[in-house]
Amino acid sequence: MGDLHAAITAALGLILAVDPAVMAIVGLSLRVSLSAVLIAALVGLPLGALLAVTRFPGRQSAIVALNALMGLPPVVAGLLIYLLLSRSGPLGPLGLLFTPTAMVIAQAVLIAPILAALTREALSGLWEEYAEQLRSFGAGPLRAVPTLLWDGRFALLTVLLAGFGRASAEVGAVMIVGGNIEGFTRVMTTAIALETSKGDLPLALALGLVLMAIVVAVNALAQALRGAASRWAG
Amino acid sequence: MVTLRRSLLAAILALAAFPTSAQERAITVASTTSTEQSGLFGHILPLFTEAAGIRVRVVALGTGQALDVGRRGDADVVFVHDRAAEERFVAEGFGGPRHPVMYNDFVLVGPAADPARIAGARDVAEALRRVASARAGFISRGDRSGTHAAELRLWREVGLDPVQGRGQWYREIGQSMGPALNAAAAQGAYVLADRGTWLSFRNRQDLRVLAEGDERLFNQYGVMVVSAARHPHVNAEGARRFVEWLVSPVGQAAIASYRINGEQLFFPNAPQPEPARPS
Amino acid sequence: MRAPDTILPLLVEALRFAAGGVEILHGVSFSIEAGQPTVVIGPNGAGKSVLLRLLHGLLPPGGGAVRWAAAPDRAAARQAMVFQRPVLLRRSVAANVAYPLALAGIAPRERARRAEEALDLVGLAALAERPARRLSGGEQQRLALARAAALRPEVLFLDEPCASLDPSATRTVEEIVAALARRGTKIVMTTHDIGQARRLAGEVIFLHRGRVLEHAPAPRFFAAPEAPEAAAFLQGDLVW
Ligand SMILES: Nc1ncnc2c1ncn2[C@@H]1O[C@H](COP(=O)(O)OP(=O)(O)O)[C@@H](O)[C@H]1O
Ligand SMILES: [Mg+2]
Repeated sequence: MGDLHAAITAALGLILAVDPAVMAIVGLSLRVSLSAVLIAALVGLPLGALLAVTRFPGRQSAIVALNALMGLPPVVAGLLIYLLLSRSGPLGPLGLLFTPTAMVIAQAVLIAPILAALTREALSGLWEEYAEQLRSFGAGPLRAVPTLLWDGRFALLTVLLAGFGRASAEVGAVMIVGGNIEGFTRVMTTAIALETSKGDLPLALALGLVLMAIVVAVNALAQALRGAASRWAG
Repeated sequence: MVTLRRSLLAAILALAAFPTSAQERAITVASTTSTEQSGLFGHILPLFTEAAGIRVRVVALGTGQALDVGRRGDADVVFVHDRAAEERFVAEGFGGPRHPVMYNDFVLVGPAADPARIAGARDVAEALRRVASARAGFISRGDRSGTHAAELRLWREVGLDPVQGRGQWYREIGQSMGPALNAAAAQGAYVLADRGTWLSFRNRQDLRVLAEGDERLFNQYGVMVVSAARHPHVNAEGARRFVEWLVSPVGQAAIASYRINGEQLFFPNAPQPEPARPS
Repeated sequence: MRAPDTILPLLVEALRFAAGGVEILHGVSFSIEAGQPTVVIGPNGAGKSVLLRLLHGLLPPGGGAVRWAAAPDRAAARQAMVFQRPVLLRRSVAANVAYPLALAGIAPRERARRAEEALDLVGLAALAERPARRLSGGEQQRLALARAAALRPEVLFLDEPCASLDPSATRTVEEIVAALARRGTKIVMTTHDIGQARRLAGEVIFLHRGRVLEHAPAPRFFAAPEAPEAAAFLQGDLVW
């Protein structure tokens, strides 16, 4: 009880004092997670749309694989990317291990399957509605992909937000590939893990509250945009 | 529409681009949670950066993992505390030479109630023997860290194999020092901790230092430059300057000046060149 | 004289279709020539919608053939279809009309011109920038017609274009269909509304339980239907 109270007070203090170190961590968290969502979206959204519109042998297995990848433990993903990016690994010469870029890659790998699976789900209803009309226009499944992505944009915003939520809450993978280097690769979640292990539970909790506030703010912003735009589109 | 797309693209690029300049002006140090979490690096690294113009990026891990990171060439410097493992690292040609930098000591921490009655023991072997025979809860790091290696060395000295009690009174958690202390606090268990982390640890609840001062609890830190022959990409120059600074009088003084509540955490002991003797 | 690039006449030979083990069309044969609208009438469940989808190439025949007087891709490019429930994209009215034009490879400037013209034809020019799915039912159906018309198809299939519209919206849609027919578009439409068939049809195909029972010029059909089922249907006695 006392700890919780201390945490809330500390969280307010962190936000109100605009502590530069905390702001830098918040900024990096946002940049890493938003970049990861963007990159994962470039792959996951078209892939999900393609799975929604095409019928090919092995499609069911692809969906099962995708759903399994959704459950990929972040630590495992982090480890794989660590081994790839390590100087002794195949992508070592890029020198990306322990950099924010490595963290973006790890988060993108983690959330791309989530985005693809959720996109498939969000667009398959739309495809059911559009399929015949698009075929009448002479548009095959491949041409339908960008159409569905655009016409499903409001539902996809929710998909992107789910990806962002998962990315920004993720700690296992970014800890491994980023190294939690102060002032360079320390993000909200790894800072929380660090403060927890230093036994400063109120500070850890306060950082957690700040993280939640950010995620809530991003969601509120996106939902407001979505609301305004979808009122327009009907 | 076109301008919207263009500005979206610009936003994506801005978001995805991370600064990579100042790369040569930075070194990566694989070190231990004890040095990072005790706040030592926060104290001394700004001094080095100011003097040398080189930023230091610390990846804090267990000693075993930190040495592995060095072996893979993912760090320029390794700064850890397990002499035997460090000497192996040097012997295998992954880096070196090894420079002793500083020491502190381990303390045996446990609940105030002290069910194994070890309080005040100067003989750490006797204290551990009592913990084992009382089958009192004991948290082991279990993570190949320097502290874990020291703990296993102590058990061997006692002539006990705690692994027999594994899962019951002897609990390996496979995590760093802080989580081990958190676990001990939550379970009212004993744990071997480095003094630096212990002093900066905030969630002690009713944990106390119950045994300390035995010379077998001595904890030596060493530093090594990762071999540029093995890993040509390492920032050998930056690494060399960092190690030289650490063992120099200035670096040693910086280490000595780090205190929590007036208590010194690390004691520099790098061998200094003999002052020129008048002949 | 027939234009050299026409896809008509359309020959339908012993066309069959079954779904879920149930025979829906039992081998129908007829031909459709250029000219006044061909209206397929028949009670609910007769197979009118299935027939139109087969003609438009959206369903594969279970037997028999649908033959156009042109190669299949040319034929496909020269026809359009409006569905019973209009499928509108989640975009503006103008963007809906432009979409299939873009697919057909028409340049942006020409697209805009054609979209404007088609929206004028259906009286929606003032709503061009409105979101399509906010339109009323009648406006939506008119937009679907404009979208199809902008493609300038030789053959336009309409499946019950007024099924869920009120009388005034129905009248507007019928006027648009008549205008398109006057401009030379071959209309092939289904309806279960006898009045609508009388107002629009040049010829009638009477479909009943998956069979064509009568195919005749409209005046002759409405004056003296040959098939007893057709007569019953015209009297309102045949419900299915
Ligand atoms: N895909 C389908 N699967 C099974 N039955 C169908 C399918 N499509 C249509 N039918 C059935 O075929 C018959 C004809 O349907 P339809 O062509 O829609 O009739 P209508 O003349 O009213 O347009 C109906 O009995 C309908 O239930
Ligand atoms: Mg029908």
